[in-house]
Amino acid sequence: MAKAPNSAQIWTSKTNAAGSASFSDRDSGFVRNTLAGLMPFAVGIAMASLLHFLLPGMVGLYYSRIVTDIGIAIIMAVSLNIVNGMTGQFSIGHAGFMTLGGYMAAFTSYYGSMCLWGNTEIHGGFLGTGEWLFVVSCIVGGLLAAGAGYVVGLPSLRLRGDYLAIVTLGFGEIIRVILQQTGKVIESAEALKTGGLSQMIPPPVGGALGFGGVPKYTNLFWVFTILTVTLVIAYRLKRSSFGRGMISVREDEIAAQAMGVNIARQKVLAFVIAAFFAGIAGGLFAHERGVILSPKDAGFQRSFDYVIMTVLGGRGSITGVMLAAGLLTALPEFLREFEQYRLIVYALLLIFMMLVRPQGLLGIHEIWDLWPRRRTTLPPTASLMHSSTMPSQESKR
Amino acid sequence: MTTTLQTPIFTLMSDFVQTLITALAIGSLYALIALGYTMVYGILKFINFAHSDIVVLGAWSSYTLAVRILPWLGLDPHNPATVPPFWVAAVVMLAAMVLCGVVGFAIERLAYRRLRRAPRLNVLITAIGVSLLLQNVGQLNFVFGASPQKMPALLPSWELASIAFGEGESARRVVIGLIDVVIFSLATTLMLMMQYLVFHTKLGVAMRAVSFNTDNAALMGIPVDRVVSFTFVLGSVLAAAAGFLYVMKYPSMNQPAHAVWVLLGLKAFVAAVIGGIGNVRGAVLGGFVIAFVEQFGAFYISSNYRDVYVFALLIVILLVKPSGLLGSPVREKV
Repeated sequence: MAKAPNSAQIWTSKTNAAGSASFSDRDSGFVRNTLAGLMPFAVGIAMASLLHFLLPGMVGLYYSRIVTDIGIAIIMAVSLNIVNGMTGQFSIGHAGFMTLGGYMAAFTSYYGSMCLWGNTEIHGGFLGTGEWLFVVSCIVGGLLAAGAGYVVGLPSLRLRGDYLAIVTLGFGEIIRVILQQTGKVIESAEALKTGGLSQMIPPPVGGALGFGGVPKYTNLFWVFTILTVTLVIAYRLKRSSFGRGMISVREDEIAAQAMGVNIARQKVLAFVIAAFFAGIAGGLFAHERGVILSPKDAGFQRSFDYVIMTVLGGRGSITGVMLAAGLLTALPEFLREFEQYRLIVYALLLIFMMLVRPQGLLGIHEIWDLWPRRRTTLPPTASLMHSSTMPSQESKR
Repeated sequence: MTTTLQTPIFTLMSDFVQTLITALAIGSLYALIALGYTMVYGILKFINFAHSDIVVLGAWSSYTLAVRILPWLGLDPHNPATVPPFWVAAVVMLAAMVLCGVVGFAIERLAYRRLRRAPRLNVLITAIGVSLLLQNVGQLNFVFGASPQKMPALLPSWELASIAFGEGESARRVVIGLIDVVIFSLATTLMLMMQYLVFHTKLGVAMRAVSFNTDNAALMGIPVDRVVSFTFVLGSVLAAAAGFLYVMKYPSMNQPAHAVWVLLGLKAFVAAVIGGIGNVRGAVLGGFVIAFVEQFGAFYISSNYRDVYVFALLIVILLVKPSGLLGSPVREKV
């Protein structure tokens, strides 16, 4: 960022994270701009490949599994942060989106694999045909979750804070109950062909027992590639005029509306974007080794885990939430013998945070904001967002 | 000839009456729990997520007490045929109410009071934290443990009335048990006492004043902190009674953090919202509406989706009349 635009330009400036604004000459800079915009993706994919090929050899399968879990948890927490942190809504049904997307993805890859190859074995190696089917099914899962996000986002236009929380909680429970009523998994390609379309109602995804037999495609490469995409999009969203609109909705809905922010659109889109990434994370989760997707995953307990990550990390801070998601996923693995105290510690942490540091570990800052820097003036978003440490409009009765 | 033709009608009628009785009993429990939600919301304007855990605490502490008291009287708590004297049920219920009242007081004093001026979202997150804390402390081995238990019967399984539909051998009978009557009458008594307290006593006036405007109430000399504490204790006591009555009706008890408990609390909250949150009469109305929708939906449509009906009703009500059936619309002030 060469020059911080003044506050009057906040709503029109389209500066993004990659620093493309520093290319002042638009015409000749187009190619360079595009390349600079793609840089984070290239770096992320390179890092994902490195992790994929080196990590299992270095630390063994058990710890690579934990790293995979951390990646999925970060996708979930960062996407939930778009709704809870940036837009200031309060969703506690995020695991519902995840499980819905996961089921859809598993359905697509399981039965797609059966239709294409006649069995549900893993097809192709690294970046082979099977993995592309897996990616497509994750995206299908994400799209279904995004549709559900639209439906859940609609009541948010009329409901504030705690009412919305209940609706999202109810949504997760409804998903759980509905998934429990689904039919048995069809075991073989012959049965799939002879059974006809009628066996698709209710969808054969395993009912209360869970969806077993899904091909286990998830690996470090795909988790961290998708994580990169999620992070870049979340970060650019935060710095875009659209993201600032979201932040303004969080700070004061009435003022935002008066400034011409379409709060209905901001809220619903926040839900749709967050649900899309949650659905993809669900797809990754469903194809992970050692995981059997079950309706229980849609319940509120899992949703609370992600809420705790966003609250702990700081509402609106992407790096803070990443940090919290990583810590809260890794720590229980190393403290196995204290398993029954895990949630007690989480609960105390939540209460303690709210009493002592309600803005979360990093608050609204990103981790690099903590380093001393030469900049003399604060970036425009910072001045806008600093007010979140003040009691907001909501506290007035 | 006539009896064979009439049998389906008798079946219909007996099913209907049976569902009605269950709905009335469950509805009065929902109403009792919903009262706690609605009073706290009315005064502090936030959902006390931990309220459902107070219900669980009431249920589990009455179990623990009953299992301790019965052997002391020379009775076997795990033998379903034992019928202890009546005072045991009363003592257990009162003890559970006192315990829950103390816990409710402590929660408000230690966690919520410091957040009186904080944004509502912070209080909500704290409430979720308190709820998680109660659930998981309850799961510890030296508290209640993580295995399901069976509540010993404290009331005799009398049949107070038996309504026969049809004649002779083919008649279908609907039985009204003592427990249903106890639940309904006790819950109604407590609700009437609440009604009297809120609308006809000085304390009730103070509660309504704090609910209307906390700062002005404080200026008028109302001890706001004491009124809020009292509200929490009152809500917790009602929740404990509901928890006790619930396990008397359904003796198989799930572990404290089980989804069934959370759903029970959630449905009661839905009842409070549907009736118009902050409105005491609305909570009672909502409790019965929810129970009727749930029980009749479960019986006549499909019992698998009983939770779905309740949440669907909630979403419909919130979209059509966001302030609830008896609530008054709130105007946003800039």
